[in-house]
Amino acid sequence: MSETLLEFAGVHTHYSGGLHVLKGVDYRVGPGECVVLLGGNASGKSTTMKAIMGTIRPSAGEIRFEGKRINTLSTAERVRRGIAPVLEARRLFPRMSVLENLEMGGYTRRRDAAFQEDLDRVYALFPRVKERRTQLAGTLSGGEQQMVAIGRALMARPKLICLDEPSMGLSPRLVEIVFDIVRTINRQGVAIFMVEQNAAMALEIADRGYVLQTGQVVLSGPARELAANPAIREAYLGEMKIDPA
Amino acid sequence: MSPTHILLQQIVNGLSLGAIYALLALGFTLVYGILELINFAHFSVFVVGAMAGLLVLQAFGLQGQSVILHGAPLVLVLLAALVAAMLACGLLGVLIERYTLRPLRAVTGPMAMITTIGVSYILVNLVLLLTRAQSLNYPDPLPAMTATFGGVTVSGKAVMIWIVAAILMIALDRFVRRTRLGQAMRAVAQDQEAARMMGVDVDRVILVTFFVASALAGAAGMIFGLYYNFADYNIGYTAGLMAFTAAVLGGIGNIPGAMLGGVIIGLIDTLGSQYIAAKWADVIVFSILIGTLVFRPAGLLGALAPNRS
Repeated sequence: MSETLLEFAGVHTHYSGGLHVLKGVDYRVGPGECVVLLGGNASGKSTTMKAIMGTIRPSAGEIRFEGKRINTLSTAERVRRGIAPVLEARRLFPRMSVLENLEMGGYTRRRDAAFQEDLDRVYALFPRVKERRTQLAGTLSGGEQQMVAIGRALMARPKLICLDEPSMGLSPRLVEIVFDIVRTINRQGVAIFMVEQNAAMALEIADRGYVLQTGQVVLSGPARELAANPAIREAYLGEMKIDPA
Repeated sequence: MSPTHILLQQIVNGLSLGAIYALLALGFTLVYGILELINFAHFSVFVVGAMAGLLVLQAFGLQGQSVILHGAPLVLVLLAALVAAMLACGLLGVLIERYTLRPLRAVTGPMAMITTIGVSYILVNLVLLLTRAQSLNYPDPLPAMTATFGGVTVSGKAVMIWIVAAILMIALDRFVRRTRLGQAMRAVAQDQEAARMMGVDVDRVILVTFFVASALAGAAGMIFGLYYNFADYNIGYTAGLMAFTAAVLGGIGNIPGAMLGGVIIGLIDTLGSQYIAAKWADVIVFSILIGTLVFRPAGLLGALAPNRS
């Protein structure tokens, strides 16, 4: 694949206290691709998400979207160009209605006919969300909240959705539903970049994967190969049996 | 006057005072909702509002008790003074946020709150200098209209205060609930990080919040001057503490709470003065502040503002 949607080239990040988290990572996500980022705690997964959305700037290296350098772009501009986040632990606005939460996902857009069209598309994808549209988001169940969180990202009409731990805190049955939805959205042509603890599920729907360890990519390749890799099986798939988080 | 008449009369008075407290309390609550910051500079922005309104009224030749304008010209002059006071204070609030609070945004702890106390002192002392510490006579340009309902006197001035306060509060409610910027304000209050991720320019939303909060304080300041017919550098102190108590009582960060709290504190202030003693009114109000903080810290209308889910 020669075309690239999102690209990290030798990206380093430092937090203000001096903490060096990403140590020269390279990622590549093609248009319509589904890529998973695996890694344990403190490996730099969350920092990767922050770097994509622009809430932390790289101290070295380059982040490119559709071939253009986006290192210093504001989050709003990144959303406008087609990157939308599904945040860890959903992070809906609890005292806003479901509809208002969805509207916030399209905050950078004008509320025109296309906006309404996308709202209808989200409702078609999640009939449950439509039923609950006037309800306060804080009163929804975890699974419903995750659907709203994904719907909120879709409202930005993104080319790339960045999912941060979409299975966190959900029952196994709901995890399966959420991954089904992610797959459906991906098949409609939206690229997915996903950070996930649930390696087995993630590798099942992903095209490719990266394994991150203390801020460096230690392994990468097609999802099927990673799923078959003994080291991965031991480190991530084995871990699953002990801690089904 | 019969006891019932006295009670009703004090309720009428209390509602006027309550309207002033409510407008001022809204500013505390809006800023707290967004930044979890008690903005003590709000006290002195209120004083600046009273002074700015006074300057405009004087510029139109309104002095003392003389009634020289009637009808539409009077309404226009009052409106111009109100708008000027609100704009001046709104801009002042923006400057305070941009140049004294934003640089401290990343600093945790009470630094920002202490900074607002410093800003408050600077502003109050500027007003003290410029007014030469005089108590200024605020014009009373309204014709002395009163209506009596079964022995209870309602002045035209009181009605004007209620109408202005009601319009401002309805406008604020509309703004916060119905506009895109208002929605962004609520989003930032509920989860700042998530709002930023949706593409909300959080710094801009904070500036707008300071503008709105301070403009309301400006309106409250001018209304205070018209109601009491005086203004000096010191009026912000008591009114500010009363309004702060109102915001806490209603539930800090909660907009309807600030309105309700303002009216309740206004009523307690006047009824307490009537039935117990004026010097005890402050004691009662601040006991309510302490009682609320101890027994019901979330206030009457619930949830402490930035309630992360």
